[in-house]
Amino acid sequence: METKKIVYPGDKIETGDLKPRNGMYESNSEFFSEYFGVIQESEKFIDVAPFNSPYLPRVNDKIIGKIMDIGPTMWTVDINSPYYSLLHMNDSPWHVSSGDLERYLKVGDYVYARISVSNEIKESWISMRDNGMRKLETGRIISVKPPKVPRVIGKGGNMINIIKTYTDTKIIVGQNGFIWVDGEIENVKQAIDAIRIVEKEAHTIGLTDRMEEYLKKMKGEN
Amino acid sequence: MEGNIKLIRDDGLRLDGRANNEMRPIKIQTGVVQRADGSAFIEWGANKIIVAVYVREAYPKHAQNIDRAIVKARYNMSGYSVEERKRPGPDRRTMEISKVVSEALSSAIVLEKLPRAEVDVFIQVLEADAGTRIASLTASSVAVADAGVPMRDLVVGCTAGKADGKVVLDLSKDEDNFGQADIPMAILPRTGKVVLLQLDGDVTEEEFNEATSMMMEAMPRISELQKNALMDKYSLEDGE
Repeated sequence: METKKIVYPGDKIETGDLKPRNGMYESNSEFFSEYFGVIQESEKFIDVAPFNSPYLPRVNDKIIGKIMDIGPTMWTVDINSPYYSLLHMNDSPWHVSSGDLERYLKVGDYVYARISVSNEIKESWISMRDNGMRKLETGRIISVKPPKVPRVIGKGGNMINIIKTYTDTKIIVGQNGFIWVDGEIENVKQAIDAIRIVEKEAHTIGLTDRMEEYLKKMKGEN
Repeated sequence: MEGNIKLIRDDGLRLDGRANNEMRPIKIQTGVVQRADGSAFIEWGANKIIVAVYVREAYPKHAQNIDRAIVKARYNMSGYSVEERKRPGPDRRTMEISKVVSEALSSAIVLEKLPRAEVDVFIQVLEADAGTRIASLTASSVAVADAGVPMRDLVVGCTAGKADGKVVLDLSKDEDNFGQADIPMAILPRTGKVVLLQLDGDVTEEEFNEATSMMMEAMPRISELQKNALMDKYSLEDGE
């Protein structure tokens, strides 16, 4: 199995002609990794993609959040990050009057929402006034490490799509690492197992093909 | 009493059979605490230490730094981790170690990337056998890297000291108790910057220099172990 080049904090990064971008710091016009992760080269840029890192809110990310606390006008939401986010009652899809928030979302409920505002000290507000944004009523929530999310989704969504098709489940992947899986209980279990494998082997090459084989085999056995 | 205790055998080796520049065996493992953001377990000789790292918004709110993270290491010893039961809870020594470990880690972590946050490092010493502060720091830095907290470098530490009038690397319990000096040191290996240096006892300038150069020689090896520990979690089961 081929893997990408692995770097540790403080390792020197050979940038070549590429522009250094994320996950590295400059010292004496040389670049060094900030994370334990892999080197990722695109046409113009070079990045260090960490194996693990906390989720930091970014505007327009579609995330899944868990209601932690209820205030007179806002819900406090856990977005799988060191920082809590806030959901104002006017950003919810309902006509909520102040002090009456618990009627709509209780502590422990999950919502699918978009980060509408985020600032330099990582304060953020989320909004549910968008297409597809809603309270997640049934299904199960799992969490994967935030840097693995792009791999779980795959190029143009092909990884998550094959998991959806083969296991016959509904899946929403939040950019923050929370994933909602809904369907028949056995199917949900299979989908979760598949996602766990993707999370574990995210840094290997040719994973989508192997996953498709794995899912085919799993379906064949049942 | 000190003068009467023999710490170097007649054949020139130390009581536990090590040469004077030989380390005790070290084993590091990551991902040992499931719900923590990052974790590590270290066995350094007979030392057994477990470290769990959590990143979160600093609490209480007035303790937050608006532009950077704070690092809170908490070193704690189990009651029977030492020969004679230690009264549980923080004391002068553990508070000192918590402080020096926090400060050493702060100089490696890119604090500006996590404003208002707090990096909690819980260090639990299950068994102590000399050199726990350095073992804690070495494991902590692995656990922090495992948590994905941005770091400029992996902090690596080592001790040296003087036993029976000779400079030796990585003191054992007896050498620590009955020797003449104990020098823990930690560096950022890329630049060689010292982030922790303490000295307990008496050494001459030459002995001090000999001790530090001995430690500098040993650190790259420990560094390598730290990196292997991080990697182990990601090498796939089929060994490829």
